[in-house]
Amino acid sequence: MSNPVEKVLMKGNEAFAEAAIRGGANFYFGYPITPQSEIPEFMSRELPKRGGVFLQAESELGAINMAYGAGAAGGAVFISSSSPGIALMQEGMSFLCSAEVPLVALNVSRGGPGIGGIQPGQADYFQATRGGGNGDYRIPVFAPASIQEAVDMLYEAVDLAKTWQNPVMVFADGIMGQMMEPVALPQQRPFTDSKDIRAEKPWAVTGYGNDDANKNVVKSLRMQPDDLERHVEYLFEKYRRAEKELCRAETHDVEEADLVLVAFGTVARITREAVEILAWRGIKAGLIRPISLWPFPHGAFDKIGARTRVVISAELSMGQMIEDVRLAVGKRIPVELIHRTGGMIPTSLEIADRAEKIYGEVK
Amino acid sequence: MSAAKLFFAGSGGQGIILMGQMVTYAAMFEGKNTTYYPSYGPEMRGGTANCTVIVSDREVASPIIYETDCLIAMNLPSLLKFESMVKPGGVLLVNTSIIDAKPARTDIRVLEVPTTELSRELGNPRGANMIMLGAAIRATGVVNQAAIERVMREKAFTGKKAETIPANIKCFEYFKV
Repeated sequence: MSNPVEKVLMKGNEAFAEAAIRGGANFYFGYPITPQSEIPEFMSRELPKRGGVFLQAESELGAINMAYGAGAAGGAVFISSSSPGIALMQEGMSFLCSAEVPLVALNVSRGGPGIGGIQPGQADYFQATRGGGNGDYRIPVFAPASIQEAVDMLYEAVDLAKTWQNPVMVFADGIMGQMMEPVALPQQRPFTDSKDIRAEKPWAVTGYGNDDANKNVVKSLRMQPDDLERHVEYLFEKYRRAEKELCRAETHDVEEADLVLVAFGTVARITREAVEILAWRGIKAGLIRPISLWPFPHGAFDKIGARTRVVISAELSMGQMIEDVRLAVGKRIPVELIHRTGGMIPTSLEIADRAEKIYGEVK
Repeated sequence: MSAAKLFFAGSGGQGIILMGQMVTYAAMFEGKNTTYYPSYGPEMRGGTANCTVIVSDREVASPIIYETDCLIAMNLPSLLKFESMVKPGGVLLVNTSIIDAKPARTDIRVLEVPTTELSRELGNPRGANMIMLGAAIRATGVVNQAAIERVMREKAFTGKKAETIPANIKCFEYFKV
């Protein structure tokens, strides 16, 4: 079908931005924050040239509400930030979910809490998967482990957001934003012309002239409790469907493993190397890499065999994903944690050493 | 593991990032798997700079390394801080133009490279990092010279900088047999 695409070497952040544009996102609103400032920089240079709109917001609150407005009007919107900036956007996420406005959001996460530091972190797992905004809502969250996977994911996310009429989040980290890897970029999807929005997104607020009968309203305010309840139940039918259709995970050798490591994003790559170190030491370790963080890929854990003595969640946080791991594993196997936080990153050797120690204690 | 892990360290302005990116580009041109990860922080000219480059026949697993096949130490703090990361039997390249301390390790191959003096001798005082890059590639064989020259032409020295390519190749080739 397609010819092999020549690879280009790109810094993560620039590749993320390029992927969103190629996916068809023609609006970007943002505010600089390390370690993702190359994204707004890239967008400010590239998006206007290519027929899109770049606007530097006065803050992240401004950015998310610009995204709400442009998305409600039918624009394909991409926003990005890093942990504290994403925190400021949480109110808007809740509004967009209720109003069913598509959005692609990228978190190039760093250490917290508070303003924290600028080195990589994964302590926004709860924020991403549970939501920091109010009310009952859900956001599909995908965590890439390489620049190529992030590119493919962001490209697809533009489409997913439109299909599901909901924000979709890609959860990367500072390592991925700053590192460079060869990538094959997907073909540019055409931007939607403003005259075609009504046909593509019949719900969008595109102006109705004097035609009151065809007036679209995009809102999250619903003053009647029965109306609001009906609306939330309707949203959750969608989320239950997402739980069936959007679960993704990669598993390696979990059926016959002595221990199973669970890690996402860059940590999964470090852990993959730790698995090799453990193999040299005579310990068979399996690996589960959740790719979708919500919905969490519970099914991947059903493959863990009877031989496994312990499941270990490796995270750049004090242990957040571990709660989902515990839910997935249940009481049949003990679940332990290997972690660094604050922007510190474990090496593969460190993960292997700690996993070996934990295994020694439960064996 | 069939991966070569290089670690470039020095101060901002010494071409640490350039050297690392050039190896990464060259590896990509050769169709190899490669990952480049720089230190990042509130850095500036004269501050510390380092980067990791991994070149592998297989998909690169961890972009974070705990040991290196080849440390390129461009200044003294880098030598002191990262010497212990060199694998036994690995290579340590020391920029002796500004480092007067001797490495402590005896289980590794140490190559002393007076980059400033050599680049002056070759009439290209700004080519010190190309001297060092040439030494690192010669010592590790991680990519070939043709790929590096292609990187110079297509990525590193384009536009007005293209006129520096012959002088930079001369520096890069210094350690060629």
